[in-house]
Amino acid sequence: MFAPGPVFAVLYYATALILVGGLGARLLGWGRTPVPLPIPTTPAPMTRGGVVLRMAREVTLFESLWRSQKALWLFAMLFHVGLLLVSLRHLRYLLPEGTLGPLWELVVLVQPFGIYGGMAMAVGLLGLLGRRLMLPRVKAISRGSDFLMLGLLIAIGASGLAMKFAVHTDIVAVKAFFLGLVTFDWQPLPADPLLLGHLLLVALLMAVFPFSKLLHAPGVFFSPGRNQVDRRAFPAAQGRG
Amino acid sequence: MARGPALTPPPLSDRPEIEPPPLAPGAMAHSKPYVAQPAHNEALGYPGERVDDWQAKAIQALGELVDSSRALKVYLDSCVKCGSCADKCHYFLGTGDPNNMPVARQDLVRRVYRRHFTPAGKLAPGLVGAADLTEGLLEEWYSYFHQCSQCRRCSVFCPYGIDTAEISMAAREVMDRIGLGQKYCNEILGKVHKVGNNLGLPEPALADTLEGLEEDIEEETGQAVKLPLDVAGADVLLITPSADFFAEPHVDGLIGYAKVFHQLGLSWTLSSHASEAANFAMFIGSRDQMAKVAQRIHQAARDLGVKRLVFGECGHAWRVAYSFLTKLAGPWDFLDPRWPVPQHILEVTNAAIETGGIRLDPEGNAGKVVTFHDSCNVARASRMGEGPGGQFTLPRAVIQASVPRFVDMADGTIHDRTFCCGGGGGLLTDDLMELRMKGALPRVNALNHVVETQGVTHMAAICAICKTQFAKVLPLYGLDMEMVQSVHGLVSQAIRLGAAPD
Ligand code: HEM
Ligand code: HEM
Ligand code: SF4
Ligand code: SF4
Repeated sequence: MFAPGPVFAVLYYATALILVGGLGARLLGWGRTPVPLPIPTTPAPMTRGGVVLRMAREVTLFESLWRSQKALWLFAMLFHVGLLLVSLRHLRYLLPEGTLGPLWELVVLVQPFGIYGGMAMAVGLLGLLGRRLMLPRVKAISRGSDFLMLGLLIAIGASGLAMKFAVHTDIVAVKAFFLGLVTFDWQPLPADPLLLGHLLLVALLMAVFPFSKLLHAPGVFFSPGRNQVDRRAFPAAQGRG
Repeated sequence: MARGPALTPPPLSDRPEIEPPPLAPGAMAHSKPYVAQPAHNEALGYPGERVDDWQAKAIQALGELVDSSRALKVYLDSCVKCGSCADKCHYFLGTGDPNNMPVARQDLVRRVYRRHFTPAGKLAPGLVGAADLTEGLLEEWYSYFHQCSQCRRCSVFCPYGIDTAEISMAAREVMDRIGLGQKYCNEILGKVHKVGNNLGLPEPALADTLEGLEEDIEEETGQAVKLPLDVAGADVLLITPSADFFAEPHVDGLIGYAKVFHQLGLSWTLSSHASEAANFAMFIGSRDQMAKVAQRIHQAARDLGVKRLVFGECGHAWRVAYSFLTKLAGPWDFLDPRWPVPQHILEVTNAAIETGGIRLDPEGNAGKVVTFHDSCNVARASRMGEGPGGQFTLPRAVIQASVPRFVDMADGTIHDRTFCCGGGGGLLTDDLMELRMKGALPRVNALNHVVETQGVTHMAAICAICKTQFAKVLPLYGLDMEMVQSVHGLVSQAIRLGAAPD
């Protein structure tokens, strides 16, 4: 019988390296690049604290998107909030019971919502795909990689939901496998096709993250238009204006 | 070139905002400004003509620019192709050309960046839309990066603040570095370096003009309002766009500034060395050129020994001054530290209204119903006054104090969502008339709406480019060119001159 454990162990070590190394290099590259001129999109906050708030609104509420297109905002929210809930729920498969101190309660609490998260994610992704296929403007700016990325996320979500609702897998064994990866105490992985498919696609997602448009997630924090303070060239000594 | 005999504007809508048009691929591919002649390029230190190994040089230049600007790098890496910006550009709304969707415009550069500087573009170019910089693509760069007024409207709606203006500026700098400059901008910059202003107006002619204006004012008002030039030891140095010396309605604004200074009893002067607020170097994306132009202002302020620096009505000039002036030509610690550097003339006038230093009588503008056009660079790239958004409230406060009735245009077309006049970013040239007309559509449409529903008679602006552009394109849409007013032209009509106010 096929024992997928060692193959996936190697695969996940490799993709973890690619993810961390690739992302690290990209972020370092951004960080090292100078910002020669102040270019905040105004009106912009005049204090650091104000900028933190602006960024928080952008990242949690998608403020700019809201001002632009409500339908896109809705799909984007469904997908990203769903993804967040799913990720929180998944911590239970990846971390030893009781880690994170009191935060672990949150992971336990979010378990039932994680399921809704999975569904919201799927609905959001299908909506995003639909508009990419149907709206002429969005279609015109889409490339193969844009469709593949949505397809990849849909496939991950679908295989996950199928495990949850149709063909169950041995979650305890999955968890043992991933904890084993961390402690170099390798454990077997159940040879369920859905699980292996799910994990293969997740590995692919991790591997392309640093080289794809998924860079938008760290990118927003590095955007000078959004993270700079509004300051006059040479303010008065008294701080007026 | 777009000099067709009949310039037919796109139709206005009876709603204040223009619906996105159906896609019309290639509709504006023919629109290209005149290419700079060797002398224009060489005066700025660029190769006179297209260099032999232009492809390699262009890639090299792009690499250097990307490594010198985090904004550029992050923006090129982070776009998710969500399309939020796609219908936000006035040139797209006016033309339907898909390359005028901001994200598509960015992609003209992003393709090349991906191909040469990212692993994905090197390994799977077809999949991620990466491409070499071919002759054909370069043609598209020249065409479509001169269909971007660098107005930043797209960046307001991008969830990551991706600013197509930054990419546009970079693309123009790359083209300059391979000897493919745009005539309008490069020729003008040459004049600034040589003479001190965009018009190439030498000191004697300027002095003459100012004298003539003084006579006109005295004739009209009986008051000896002065327009001083190169007065050493004056308190205030006024830097204003050179169009203010000549063009209509700009010059009414200049007269307005002079009246405000006069009434406040401020000692002030213009400079013949820095007789230009505009800094077209921003449009071509050259920080070196931008610094060189800005340093003229520093030089003038030092030479004249002034205490304060005040800027007249000009959009991109205010951005360069407000945001960049210290980086380009600072520090300014030799000026009076009690004043911020720079100040906008509207900050001076608004404060004077608030403290009672000047009195305005709306009767001076009797019969006018006025609306206000927020200029892009003021609205989205700078500020006025003490807090965020002062760039919206100050001009409106000054207008409201000067006219009997003020009306705003529709919400989605003002403040940080304002639409460009269609002539910003170095596109205010006759060889781009078709583009300018079509790009003005969203703004003209919103204006027309308040004309028809609210009886608006005039639109005030605080930018020399906007004023010139509107004076030219409004008639194409059947509106009167005289509708366009300088904000300080309105102040000029309303201000009560003479002895201390009663
Ligand atoms: C700081 C965290 C993040 C923020 C603020 C953020 C924000 C956004 C926004 C505003 C959009 C545009 C709207 C849309 O098309 O949905 C978007 C698109 C997208 N995001 Fe995120 N995102 C984040 C993290 C992630 C992560 C971790 C992933 C995937 C693993 C992801 C995957 C995507 C994808 C695939 C799209 C494009 C959807 C499409 O094709 O229309 N995002 N994101
Ligand atoms: C190494 C990482 C991952 C592991 C070990 C893993 C494992 C699993 C397992 C075992 C299930 C079945 C849960 C059940 O039957 O109750 C599942 C479900 C699911 N997975 Fe994953 N997964 C991983 C990463 C991801 C990622 C990155 C995504 C999204 C992009 C994702 C999306 C989903 C969804 C939507 C479900 C169904 C809803 C749920 O049960 O939460 N998974 N995953
Ligand atoms: S900066 Fe303005 S002109 Fe340029 S693409 Fe964006 S919206 Fe269009
Ligand atoms: S709004 Fe921003 S992320 Fe979305 S397509 Fe436009 S530039 Fe790209």
